[in-house]
Amino acid sequence: MGKWTSFLVIGLTLTFLIGPFFIIITAGLSAGENLAFPPEGLSLKWYLAVFKVESFRESFALSMFLAVFGTLTALVLGVPAAYALSRYRLPLAETVKTIVAAPIIVPGIIVGLGLLRYLVIPLDFTVSLALFMAHTALVIPYAVRVVAASLENLRSDMEEAAILLGCTRLGAFIKVVLPNIRGGVLAAFILGFVTSFNQVPVSLFLSGPGVRTLPIDMLAYMEITYDPSVAALSALLAIMSVGIIFLAEKFLGFSRYV
Amino acid sequence: MSESFVCLKNLTLAYGDTIAVSHLSLNIHKGELITLLGPSGCGKTTTMRAIAGLLSPRSGTIEIDGNDVTKVPANKRGVGLVFQSYALFPHLSAFENVAFGLRLRKVSNIEIKIRVEQSLDTVELGEFANRKPSELSGGQQQRLSLARSLVLEPKVMLLDEPLSNLDARLRLDMRSELQRLQRSSGITMVFVTHDQGEALALADRVVLMKDGVIEQMGTPAELYNRPSTVFAADFIGFENIFEVREGALIGSDGSKIRGYNAPSGYLAWRPGGVSLGSGPFRGTVGGVSFAGEVWEYVITSPLGRITASTPAGNTPYPIGTTVGFDLLEQHGHRIKGAD
Repeated sequence: MGKWTSFLVIGLTLTFLIGPFFIIITAGLSAGENLAFPPEGLSLKWYLAVFKVESFRESFALSMFLAVFGTLTALVLGVPAAYALSRYRLPLAETVKTIVAAPIIVPGIIVGLGLLRYLVIPLDFTVSLALFMAHTALVIPYAVRVVAASLENLRSDMEEAAILLGCTRLGAFIKVVLPNIRGGVLAAFILGFVTSFNQVPVSLFLSGPGVRTLPIDMLAYMEITYDPSVAALSALLAIMSVGIIFLAEKFLGFSRYV
Repeated sequence: MSESFVCLKNLTLAYGDTIAVSHLSLNIHKGELITLLGPSGCGKTTTMRAIAGLLSPRSGTIEIDGNDVTKVPANKRGVGLVFQSYALFPHLSAFENVAFGLRLRKVSNIEIKIRVEQSLDTVELGEFANRKPSELSGGQQQRLSLARSLVLEPKVMLLDEPLSNLDARLRLDMRSELQRLQRSSGITMVFVTHDQGEALALADRVVLMKDGVIEQMGTPAELYNRPSTVFAADFIGFENIFEVREGALIGSDGSKIRGYNAPSGYLAWRPGGVSLGSGPFRGTVGGVSFAGEVWEYVITSPLGRITASTPAGNTPYPIGTTVGFDLLEQHGHRIKGAD
């Protein structure tokens, strides 16, 4: 009977995890005008309608921009930081690690409120700049941790060997270190991209009139219009995330790094 | 002796506040194979890193081929280093590992191809040019690492315990391989090791180090037969070392054990120099083991721990028996200066 019990537990767990996903996909397939489950008839019209909503297009572009460039910026800052933390004995290394990890530990609402109250308002940042900085900051911990993990596996005498063969220190980093942590950097990028793209609480505080990330825009849309397009869009986004992770796992062995 | 090629003058090396090597001076001749020998922490690797330029000296100078290179950075010094871990580039093929330094020097592709293939052939890796380091055995990785440095024709080749990660048989093969390469290329080599057998077998000259200073320096035969200090004697295999003071042999606990007619100082015996069976000293057999040619004994005696050996043809003394033994002055090695 133990076998059946474990089937039951696994089944319930999967239902709990995948169920909402299933509901969202089918709710988006509705032929009716209201967000409901089970759907009223079947059609693809809401999946197509999503692409016609102007604000979705704009907020999608903004979210994409933040996810790509915020993550790239986080990597530009995070890779050297990870390198320094793993190669040198720095006096405040532990403190720096804690501070760098803070955005993961501190609830997003607090980060968002803090940024808004003490950075964005006093310094009068534009909404786009504030969002860009916040998304970069939120992704840095992932960049540092994932890259640091792959640096740990790389022996430092390899760089010394490169230097003795004629490289400068920077040359050794580019020619020897980077190619060997490429997998970790890509994994950090993907993780950062997904994190940034799906980020809600911080963006909620920092979004302003006409400048919203896609998740925030979807929330705003639902307050006014209760049609199945939000479900269709959610389903599309979920499929995109799953697709990215699936490809990353297939070509990178993503789960090694995270 | 030819004039010195690598010249370390009054070198002091430190990591932060820890002095690793102090006031070390050493002249290495062109084409010489020198080994830096000593226990871990004696400063041998630190000295090697300073010659390579990976560590700046606190004080003192380093000259190579008549030029003061103390301030010359590691990447411009023309020194090759084979790391203990080989430090090969895992993302590059064997060919590209060897070509790495040549590409930095903007050597033409044709010349790179010729020189890399030649150097891979020298270390018998010609057929493995396309393999990644992870697809090579330990010995092959070792040889690849050697080829990667040698292809640049460095003035000095440094080797940091290059054989310690190999199994015993391979180590012997590589040892003679290294010697052959060094003799045929005439390159000046500094070989760092903690294995006295390796040091004595390979070197033209052995530099024995202890606590950041040179304890003794000489040919392998000199060091083996005439260690000048208690530490050197102990490190080189004189396992029984006792002090003679005021006409008596002093035990390891510092007390006078027995009258002994010899000048004050130290006397050292290899296990084979202790005559077992009869004699004025008595001890208990604490351990006996078969070592091919001989039986090796550990004997507990009032003098302290004694190691001795008898020919393997004899019947061994069993553990626990009391045996007599003698420490004959003519078999002992005298060490003058007490430390």
